[in-house]
Amino acid sequence: MPENNTPMLSLKNVVKTFYAGTVNEKTALNNLCLDLYPGDFVTVIGGNGAGKSTMLNATAGVFPIDGGDVFIDGVNVTKLPEHKRAKYIGRVFQDPMMGTAANMQIEENLAIAARRGKKRTLRWSITQQERAEFKKMLSILGLGLEDRMTAKVGLLSGGQRQALTLLMATLNRPKILLLDEHTAALDPKTAAKVLEITEKVVSENKLTTLMITHNMKDAIKHGNRLIMMHEGRVVVDVSGEEKQKLTVEDLLMLFSRASGSEFASDRAMLSAE
Amino acid sequence: MDFIFKGMAQGLIWALLALGVYLSYRILDFADLSCEGSITLGASMASMLLTKNVSPIIAVLMAFLVGCVAGAITGLLHTKLKIPPILSGILTMTALFSINLHIMGSANIQLNSVPTLYTQLSGMLHLSKTYLSLILGTVVCLAVMAMLYWFFGTELGASIRATGINENMCRAQGIDTDLTKIIGLAISNGLIALSGAFICQYQGYSNINLGVGAIVIGLASIIIGEAIFSKVKNFFFTLGGIVIGAVIYRIVVAVVLYFNMPTEDVKIMTAFVVIAALFVSKYANKIGKKHPAAKHDKKEEPSIPEEKEVKDNA
Ligand SMILES: Nc1ncnc2c1ncn2[C@@H]1O[C@H](COP(=O)(O)OP(=O)(O)O)[C@@H](O)[C@H]1O
Ligand SMILES: [Mg+2]
Repeated sequence: MPENNTPMLSLKNVVKTFYAGTVNEKTALNNLCLDLYPGDFVTVIGGNGAGKSTMLNATAGVFPIDGGDVFIDGVNVTKLPEHKRAKYIGRVFQDPMMGTAANMQIEENLAIAARRGKKRTLRWSITQQERAEFKKMLSILGLGLEDRMTAKVGLLSGGQRQALTLLMATLNRPKILLLDEHTAALDPKTAAKVLEITEKVVSENKLTTLMITHNMKDAIKHGNRLIMMHEGRVVVDVSGEEKQKLTVEDLLMLFSRASGSEFASDRAMLSAE
Repeated sequence: MDFIFKGMAQGLIWALLALGVYLSYRILDFADLSCEGSITLGASMASMLLTKNVSPIIAVLMAFLVGCVAGAITGLLHTKLKIPPILSGILTMTALFSINLHIMGSANIQLNSVPTLYTQLSGMLHLSKTYLSLILGTVVCLAVMAMLYWFFGTELGASIRATGINENMCRAQGIDTDLTKIIGLAISNGLIALSGAFICQYQGYSNINLGVGAIVIGLASIIIGEAIFSKVKNFFFTLGGIVIGAVIYRIVVAVVLYFNMPTEDVKIMTAFVVIAALFVSKYANKIGKKHPAAKHDKKEEPSIPEEKEVKDNA
């Protein structure tokens, strides 16, 4: 759904090889190309080891890439370290422990997130006005966190932590939101709730989003575009009406055709539920 | 009773060491061994300057500054050269041994004949040295605690605290974790050197081996303080607990020496006190009620791998 000519995210021939030159050498991203346009909500599927997480990490600058370029809203960020790129990027991880500081209060975590992309000075770390804003935002999540603003995040459940991390990732409207199986560690009911919140946050802020999921139904249900990865490349890319009409069976078919491997064995890598 | 007060007075200046160790060990989660070098560095720097008739206040401030530099070097070794924390600290400590000797010019400096903070102030305030050092130690500790409370409440301070808890989250939120570690270690070692600067003036001499065992003293103070003040939530009082932990440690040492127990037994008494403190805190935690949400979190964790397995095999 290109609304604009400059892609919000552009991965150009990105190559990433782990353990290069050893017997364990693994090309996780193999000349990967992908353009996301403003407002694209792209769901990402693919078997284990297809390179999905590596694609998100390369975008976020977790490690240097071995080839290619990463552009965010037209700016080449390939050489920017992770903490500088964070200015443009919001992230939620699979592990609920990874996105928050357990030993700090809910409001302290939010205050840190509110300063993403800004200089950290010797001003007090949280203002009264921010507290009021955070309270309002937390109440929208509907998890009762607005009454526990000074509770340590370590006391929250996995689902609550993911919802909080999502709020932290989107507090300063990021140019790109990266979600790496952020509901995979949650029980189905909590996962559905967090996905619902995700849908709401993404659509209300018109966020350009990459969401990796194991669940093909979720991949079909959410977003305006779906990509499938295999061996470090995008092998299927459907959007618009075509995506709306997709079924799980279609996806399995597409997957076995693209990967050229056995239908049954690939079925094990993706879940229909 | 005088030996108790003397122990307290010493505890208050060794408390600065404990606070510094607390910053690296607890807040940054960085086992920094450079502290044994930086406490001696503070003492060497201050006593060298004092023998050159530099004002005691300036000598103390300079000690703090060179301590900061030493900490920053440990931080640089770790973040830029990717040397593991323990080894970075050991390297700095080893290098500091030579540097301290160079600063002092010998293994010992006597301060009996030069004006120190204590001789100057006791002349001005007409107080005995023990009372003066109690008052001075209390004032300095309270001032340092207040500054730390303020600093770790600022945006920069909060990002240093967060770095010690979850680096991954910090980088995702745009925090330069290399920088926060370097700043944290600088302040930590600055305080430790400050402690050394007071110690040498209190005891009237400086020695190249002043820092031997400092890390254990620091950790013991932290453990005692945390055990006694395990229920304290406010950061200022947590810091206060560490100070009191250091004071208790020194009182134990003073008691050992007062009753003419062999000085070799100081270490075993320390071990007993730390074990007792740990026992008390463990017992207190057992009878204390756990937060219901914490239990819930624990229950949920084991289900994570199960959940994944189900999905993978679907
Ligand atoms: N940090 C890393 N170090 C070494 N190998 C890695 C690392 N991250 C990913 N890989 C390897 O790269 C390949 C792609 O992994 P990943 O992107 O995590 O796959 P996916 O998220 O699609 O399951 C896998 O073979 C994985 O073992
Ligand atoms: Mg992955």
